[in-house]
Amino acid sequence: MTATLAKPPVDVPAEPEQPRRKLNVSAVLNWVATHAIGLALGLMFATPVVFVFLTAVMSDNQAFTSDLWPREWHWENFVEVFDKAPLFQYLVNSLTYSLLATLGMLISSIPAAYALAKLQWRGRNVAFILVIGAMMLPPQVVAVPLYDTWSGLGLTGTLVPLIAPYFLFDAFSIFLLRQFMLTIPQSYVDAARVDGCSEFQALVRIIVPMAKPGIAATALFCFLFTWNDYFGPLLYTGEVKDQWTLSLALATFKGMHIVQWNSSMAVTFLTMIPAVVLFVFAQKSFVKGITFTGVKG
Amino acid sequence: MTATLGAKPAPGRGRARSRHRLAVLGFMAPAIIGFVLFFGYPLVTTIVLSFTKYDLINPPEFNGLDNYAFMFKDPLLGKAIANTLWFVVVLTIARTVFALGVASVIARLKSGVGLIRTLCYLPSLAPPVAATLVFFMVMRPNGGPLDTVLGWFGVDSPLFFSDPAWAKTGITAIMLWISGDLMIIILAAILDVPQEQYEAAELDGAGPIRRWWHVTLPTISPVLLFGIVNSVILALQLFTQAVVAGSAGSGAADATGSTKYLGFPDNSTLTFPVYLYTQGFRYFDMGYAAAMATVLFIISFALTIVLVQRMRKNSTAEEGGPGA
Repeated sequence: MTATLAKPPVDVPAEPEQPRRKLNVSAVLNWVATHAIGLALGLMFATPVVFVFLTAVMSDNQAFTSDLWPREWHWENFVEVFDKAPLFQYLVNSLTYSLLATLGMLISSIPAAYALAKLQWRGRNVAFILVIGAMMLPPQVVAVPLYDTWSGLGLTGTLVPLIAPYFLFDAFSIFLLRQFMLTIPQSYVDAARVDGCSEFQALVRIIVPMAKPGIAATALFCFLFTWNDYFGPLLYTGEVKDQWTLSLALATFKGMHIVQWNSSMAVTFLTMIPAVVLFVFAQKSFVKGITFTGVKG
Repeated sequence: MTATLGAKPAPGRGRARSRHRLAVLGFMAPAIIGFVLFFGYPLVTTIVLSFTKYDLINPPEFNGLDNYAFMFKDPLLGKAIANTLWFVVVLTIARTVFALGVASVIARLKSGVGLIRTLCYLPSLAPPVAATLVFFMVMRPNGGPLDTVLGWFGVDSPLFFSDPAWAKTGITAIMLWISGDLMIIILAAILDVPQEQYEAAELDGAGPIRRWWHVTLPTISPVLLFGIVNSVILALQLFTQAVVAGSAGSGAADATGSTKYLGFPDNSTLTFPVYLYTQGFRYFDMGYAAAMATVLFIISFALTIVLVQRMRKNSTAEEGGPGA
């Protein structure tokens, strides 16, 4: 499926009987129109970030005006924002949350997805439906008792309530990994069993190596989801500033530096960089993962 | 034949069977514990708490249906429900149509596909807080880039995030900018439409538009249904964009301690989840928040059933062989 995504769709070949010149003119016009619209769409999606970048490098005074283009390029704005807020601390918090959650997700979700995709057992379909139900549940529904419990354990104000669940259960990752594992032919698993592998050995030696692209995509989504998360950090660390993640801090940064568009846009720009870098290095995994969430039932 | 070896252990192979059971249990154990701890237990507790008065400090006090009865008298809840319904209708239609339109254009491109697809998809990876601030800056009145560009054509820019009539439109614009994931899903479905179907339609004399309407649309309709359900869930859960747009619009200095910015301007961005959060974690009326959470649970439960049934239909249709 991803292979077909990469190459443009083959257009219906022209009928040889039809008058050639007329067809060529309309085909050329069609090509120009389609590509003009495509280019316009691409620009439309890119323009907001271009404005953000241009505002970020303006001087304090110019950022306040209606100018679109910076008179001088103040690259130091990207450095100075680190003095205006403890961004480095927030970065460390964000990385702690995202990396540990992703690690925990891999430990807990790969075996569960394997049991759901490749083992036969009673209650498997019910379990899968429960996973989908958990995936669709708005986080606000279970927030009250969970907050109550974590606060009773004295762990609100730390990153623990955000990270710990991933070491046991992450519905979206289990769902996505299962979808990937379904595409691995059952015969590989059966062959491993005939050779005397235990289920654990079959998982580690056969399934994990074959599901590597799927595991990579799931890890990427998990990392980005936690990196972008706002509700979780707001709920559990909102009152404790030195535990804030970048996303949470960014929401406040605009408030504290209301007049300084260049500073707030510099921070906004910086928080978007990790996603772009991850995408550039793992474009295929992203597209494959996204496609799997929707098309494969 | 070998499949039966592992899949269904023959009777009499008791040891293999119990080993198989042990493996399933071992693999599923963390997930089962996690599901009970983070979904099962809090879900039941939420429903129980919804019949109580609870402020997190004093023990919950049973008050029957008071919380539910209060819902009918709470004008702010009415406002929150109206706002969320607005998003369910407008955002769902706008997001599905927009993603379908962009995917249809990209599917027809013959060169530059990779670049344009990347440009359309990348914003969906941005942190929602950042995406909201991007649009807040671009759409700001009095000298914002959009205001300036519209000024060249003699058009006055709406106030967007400072105007109750426009704030939800502003948030919808953000959501369309970050709808690249749905575009990619629809694009993949369009590219999967068998080429012969187009050829057959063209032999019947169908032009590109009729081919799109009669061949592309019906073939990808299961994916469009997924897009609609997915957008409804997104609209029901709308929280981050609403909170950040409200706090940035009101100029609140502190995004966590105060409540005055929630729903700014004039409660026009007060969505159901935002109001639930406000009642539970700002006013510590946990019982009322739990009642709202129960309502939200019932709605998302109904949506889950729709999605599961679609997936069932899909998987029986695809039973032949999972490709890709």
